[in-house]
Amino acid sequence: MAVTGSKAADIKTRQRKWEEWKRGLPIYFMILPGLLFFIVFKYVPMGGILIAFQNYDPFDGFLQSSWVGFDHFQRLFQDPDFWKIFRNTLMISALNLFLFFPVPIIVSLLLNEVRLKWFKKGAQTLLYVPHFLSWVVIVSMTVLLFSAQDGGINNLLSTMGYERIELMTNPEYFRMVYLFQVIWKEAGWSAIIFLAALASVDPTLYEAATMDGASRLRQIWHINLPALRSTIIILFILRLGHVMDTGFEHILLLQNSLNIDVSEVFDTYVYRVGILQAEFSYTTAVGLFKALIGLGLVYLANRASRKIGEEGVY
Amino acid sequence: MKSITATRSFSLFNTLVYLVLGLLLLIVLLPCLYVLFSSFSTKSEMLSRGFYLIPKVWTLNSYGYLFSNHNFTASYWNALQITVGGTALSISATTLMAYGLSRTWLRGRKPLNFMVLFTMLFSGGIIPTYLLTSQLGLLNSYWSLFLNNAILPFNLIVMRSFFQNTPKELEEAARIDGCGEWNLFFRIILPLSMTSVATFIMFYAVFYWNSYFQAILFISDSQKMPLQVFLRQIILESGNSLESVTDGYEFGPPVKMAVVVMASIPMLVMYPFFQKYFDKGMLVGSVKG
Repeated sequence: MAVTGSKAADIKTRQRKWEEWKRGLPIYFMILPGLLFFIVFKYVPMGGILIAFQNYDPFDGFLQSSWVGFDHFQRLFQDPDFWKIFRNTLMISALNLFLFFPVPIIVSLLLNEVRLKWFKKGAQTLLYVPHFLSWVVIVSMTVLLFSAQDGGINNLLSTMGYERIELMTNPEYFRMVYLFQVIWKEAGWSAIIFLAALASVDPTLYEAATMDGASRLRQIWHINLPALRSTIIILFILRLGHVMDTGFEHILLLQNSLNIDVSEVFDTYVYRVGILQAEFSYTTAVGLFKALIGLGLVYLANRASRKIGEEGVY
Repeated sequence: MKSITATRSFSLFNTLVYLVLGLLLLIVLLPCLYVLFSSFSTKSEMLSRGFYLIPKVWTLNSYGYLFSNHNFTASYWNALQITVGGTALSISATTLMAYGLSRTWLRGRKPLNFMVLFTMLFSGGIIPTYLLTSQLGLLNSYWSLFLNNAILPFNLIVMRSFFQNTPKELEEAARIDGCGEWNLFFRIILPLSMTSVATFIMFYAVFYWNSYFQAILFISDSQKMPLQVFLRQIILESGNSLESVTDGYEFGPPVKMAVVVMASIPMLVMYPFFQKYFDKGMLVGSVKG
């Protein structure tokens, strides 16, 4: 009896499972186009990484090309250019992580202190604007303003008796220009997420703090910053995972033969050598190295954030 | 009462807040205004006067000159096609998949979600993507741009959590009335979700309109290049000088300013119409999915 009873239950759960699959059928059709996209255009290229272990020849194709094991990686680690690119990438990431990252937080704290509604809204609207401009436009604007011969700012400098600045070609300025442009474009927009977190702070906290005689600065320190804590941590982890991504389009646009020693990063190198010089296998190895470091960093950062009692990104 | 006196007595703090924000606004606005006003200026004034914000002579000559240039109009038209086509495809695929993944009862939902998330952490990289696109015969076709960017995972995840927050009662009521899954989505959930959809239409439009790298990666036919590539050609490839010549056309300083303006205008015009949706549409799901 007991056996048949569990059998009947078995059949019942199986039936229920089947019902659920059937009910989901229309939903699976909705998911299908997206699923195909992820498989074909995201996961197939991941399989394509295998050419890093081949001497890939487009004429022979993936199946006929010869396997070479870790040869490309050996070449990579022995190449002094590789270490230079590695260092450049880390330097630019450091700018992003430590100098850009706090700016949107400060902007959101400032905007949050504004009591005049029209000013707050107006300022927000205008500070978001640069986010909608392309990197091409932003780099072009910089060139138009700073062109050594007849850029507006340089004209101004020379009429005031100063020397013209070679902003776009002098490698010394490259990192500064990069950082300033990133801040200019994204600081306002990136503040949205922090503003949302600040909007959800219980207003009675401020009242209580005022009663206790806390100044506005102390309120920011003891109420606003703790309210932003988990958002800051999550966004920092996400950024950390993209340490190797330095804003490809942006750097490619700023790059020229004069500043290449400081401006060459993994992405631009892969593009230049891989696509333009058709060194597919070697640059796929470079790309894989980059992607693995990124993946490792997210994993570590996520574990760290869980250790200190935050949620983490996954 | 007390809070009012507190704010008054700390006017120094307030002044500082407005001062810093004012400075930031100036830094954002001044370059934009300089480029905008200069595009209505004359070449001779720009070269002789050096630096100024408000031109003495206003003219539309730069724009007239620009619109008579075949390369400019062609690239503008290309950019419009890419933006409209890409946005339509992306928003459809993203909305459908986001809705599907938001159904918590769906079997196999977890692995599907992970599959999406993983692509945000790891990717095949430029070379394998390029080789795949080339093997599919998509090089030099706008399909290479559309299909490679059909769904931006971040948009998908935020949209999914938006759909997850639509009231369950609505769904149950519709189902009792005999509404199937497709009807439920198209007739009830989608119309209610237009704030979120509008936000992502804008995001995708900005992405396609502004994209430069993918165009030079996948498209080599100069007749098919979008506006951003044209802009880069006339401004950056002419070296450090403001004068540049392509196909016998001379691009003096004001004309270049005009190209920058024309490359930004569509998105800046769209932006105020969509802005009211951003806070609501995007933040419902907060940072996390």
